[in-house]
Amino acid sequence: MNKLVYLIPLFPLIGFLINGLCRKSLSKTFISVIGSGSILASFIVSLILFFDVKSGGAMAVNPLFTFIQTSTLKIDFAFQVDQLSSLFLLIITGIGFLIHVYSASYMHEEEPQHYGRYFAYLNLFVFSMLLLVLGANYIIMFIGWEGVGLCSYLLIGYWFKNNNYNYAAKKAFVMNRIGDLGFLLAVFWIINKLGTTDYHQVFSLAQDSSKHLLSTFDVTAITLLLFVGAMGKSAQIPLYTWLPDAMAGPTPVSALIHAATMVTAGIYMIARSNVLFSMSEVTMHLIAIIGLATALFSATIAIKQNDIKKVLAYSTVSQLGYMFLGLGVGAYTGAVFHVMTHAFFKALLFLGAGSVIHAMHHEQDIRNMGGLKKKLPITHITFLLGCIAISGIPPFSGFFSKDEILAAAFAHNKIYWVLGVAGAAMTAFYMFRLYATTFLGSFRGTHDQEHHLHESPKAMTYPLIVLAILSVVGGMIGIPELMGGHHELHHFLSPILVSEKAHEIEHSTEWMLMGISVAIAAIAILFAINKFSKKPEMQDAEGFGKVLANKWYVDELYDTIIVKPLMHIAELFKSIVEKSGIDGAVNGVGRLVQYSSRQVRLLQSGQVGSYILFMVLAFALIILIWVNDGHIYRFLTKIF
Amino acid sequence: MPISNYIIFCLTLFTIGIVGVLVRRNAIIVFMCIELMLNAVNLLLVAFSKMHHGAAYLTDKASLVGAEAQIFVFFIMVVAAAEVSVGLAIIVMMYRNTHSIDINFLNRLKN
Repeated sequence: MNKLVYLIPLFPLIGFLINGLCRKSLSKTFISVIGSGSILASFIVSLILFFDVKSGGAMAVNPLFTFIQTSTLKIDFAFQVDQLSSLFLLIITGIGFLIHVYSASYMHEEEPQHYGRYFAYLNLFVFSMLLLVLGANYIIMFIGWEGVGLCSYLLIGYWFKNNNYNYAAKKAFVMNRIGDLGFLLAVFWIINKLGTTDYHQVFSLAQDSSKHLLSTFDVTAITLLLFVGAMGKSAQIPLYTWLPDAMAGPTPVSALIHAATMVTAGIYMIARSNVLFSMSEVTMHLIAIIGLATALFSATIAIKQNDIKKVLAYSTVSQLGYMFLGLGVGAYTGAVFHVMTHAFFKALLFLGAGSVIHAMHHEQDIRNMGGLKKKLPITHITFLLGCIAISGIPPFSGFFSKDEILAAAFAHNKIYWVLGVAGAAMTAFYMFRLYATTFLGSFRGTHDQEHHLHESPKAMTYPLIVLAILSVVGGMIGIPELMGGHHELHHFLSPILVSEKAHEIEHSTEWMLMGISVAIAAIAILFAINKFSKKPEMQDAEGFGKVLANKWYVDELYDTIIVKPLMHIAELFKSIVEKSGIDGAVNGVGRLVQYSSRQVRLLQSGQVGSYILFMVLAFALIILIWVNDGHIYRFLTKIF
Repeated sequence: MPISNYIIFCLTLFTIGIVGVLVRRNAIIVFMCIELMLNAVNLLLVAFSKMHHGAAYLTDKASLVGAEAQIFVFFIMVVAAAEVSVGLAIIVMMYRNTHSIDINFLNRLKN
């Protein structure tokens, strides 16, 4: 069965090639069938592999060919199928397929060639993400890592005629590159110290305390650099600002890239490298703090956003913060669990938002919506389910994963837990603010918009329904033992994760923690519905709210302390180094040649006498040299 | 007579020729100076030839050592004579064209 693994990335690659190369000659139907079908094929193979792994199939590395070979380093182009990667394969291809189906309808107004381009990008993205997850060493992961960065750039800037979108795409790319640098340095460091990038070998060598290949400093540096990479890709402070801007892309893209898959690459990478990370206390603390800070910080911003996609974007950043908190406190299973449930409900929410935007004719401001409950019944129900799931109300999926992270945080440090619950309350609040403003109350848009309100076509609502079901029941695979479950996910993943610290909390305490967090979330929900269903915030925020609405002015801050000085330096280099330095050198050489040739030209005076004089002098010189060659030779050898 | 006398004399002649070529502007005098240099070399050839022949003659009366140089000198004289005829013709043509035999007028090729 493991031999099939190369098929998984191959299908999307073929889909990319067909759609990308023939986009001008294929019909839209064909393009969407190819695009979605290739992902479906991958999904089926992934399912087969998943059940193979689940039924006890050993972890297997499948080398395809030698990728890099030097005297000391050999890197195979190899795929690794194990518990972690097979789980991610399912998430990527499964949700990816639903989003492809959804896109086929959502993007139907596009011209055929752009439609083909869109699906080609989507397929390429899934291909890169699969490479990232399947790679059996850091180099293959890096190829996928760069690939998803590229594809997110292409997809954010999909409507390239709008310059703002292009800036957003550029920003995403540059931010990602900053993180990638950290990742790359970490890989170099690993190669330098261990001489391999293969996961098995890296982890076993790192754990081998008898050889002392890695000092504590090395481990800390490597993990910190890897974490910098994860910061960029998974949008953590301080590299998170690209993700909200990335909402410039089409909505299904936001669902696929910026909610369900790409941003989880950082989580995957850290979960994959859990052996290394567990060796460095410092890094783990930093991850937990950064994750928590991001979770709270972006949650506060989300409270005051009025763009339906921006709220979801900041909510994504916030949820990613929770995942990092989970990683930081050593709850790797919890983090991966949250990746999974988050993929379900965030894809659902984004697609639901897409459905709303579609119905509203590209209106994204929630202040102009309201009362969509009756007009869009399926979207409404599924969106509501997604909101409940993300808010952490039992027995929806978000509750189990978030609770697992929070319980681990409590065991680690009680302050983490308090802040985490505060963030969860904010999550519930802004999600239901969004829900209430959009779906409850009365319609506030133009008459024309109201007239055209309609439920989305089936190709869009079916994915919503499937995702809603997953959001509701997805948590069942991780019911904690406390509640009489088995936590299947934990047992499934345990072979590749280092043993997590047992939660030393008593059952009564854990019940109490759950109760508190659920109660706070419920209060926040009721408060938000009560506050916003009748009287939504119509005017612009003032005072502190204005600071939040402007995202704490972080973009402006970055602009002032990084972008503008860089521009000034660039300007300086352009006007001084480029103009007078490099140009000056080139032009100077030209001028020197011209000047000296003008001077030398004077020698050719046409005066026969002077020619003869030169000739005589030259002969005299030759004779002198000839006679004194011994002296000259000695002189030269003395100099050189 | 020692050979050094010949050498000094030839060098003097040759130097006079060079200086004449360099400093004089009259084409005919320049020409004569060139002849002077040629003849200085001829004289030196003959002198060395005689010296070598004299040394060889002491052991072998029939020796022909050094005779080549004498032949050389004849050739040089013949060539010089031919050259003089061409050179004088050029000077005559030059006078016809420029009404002068000053070689500094011969800078038309400049530029």
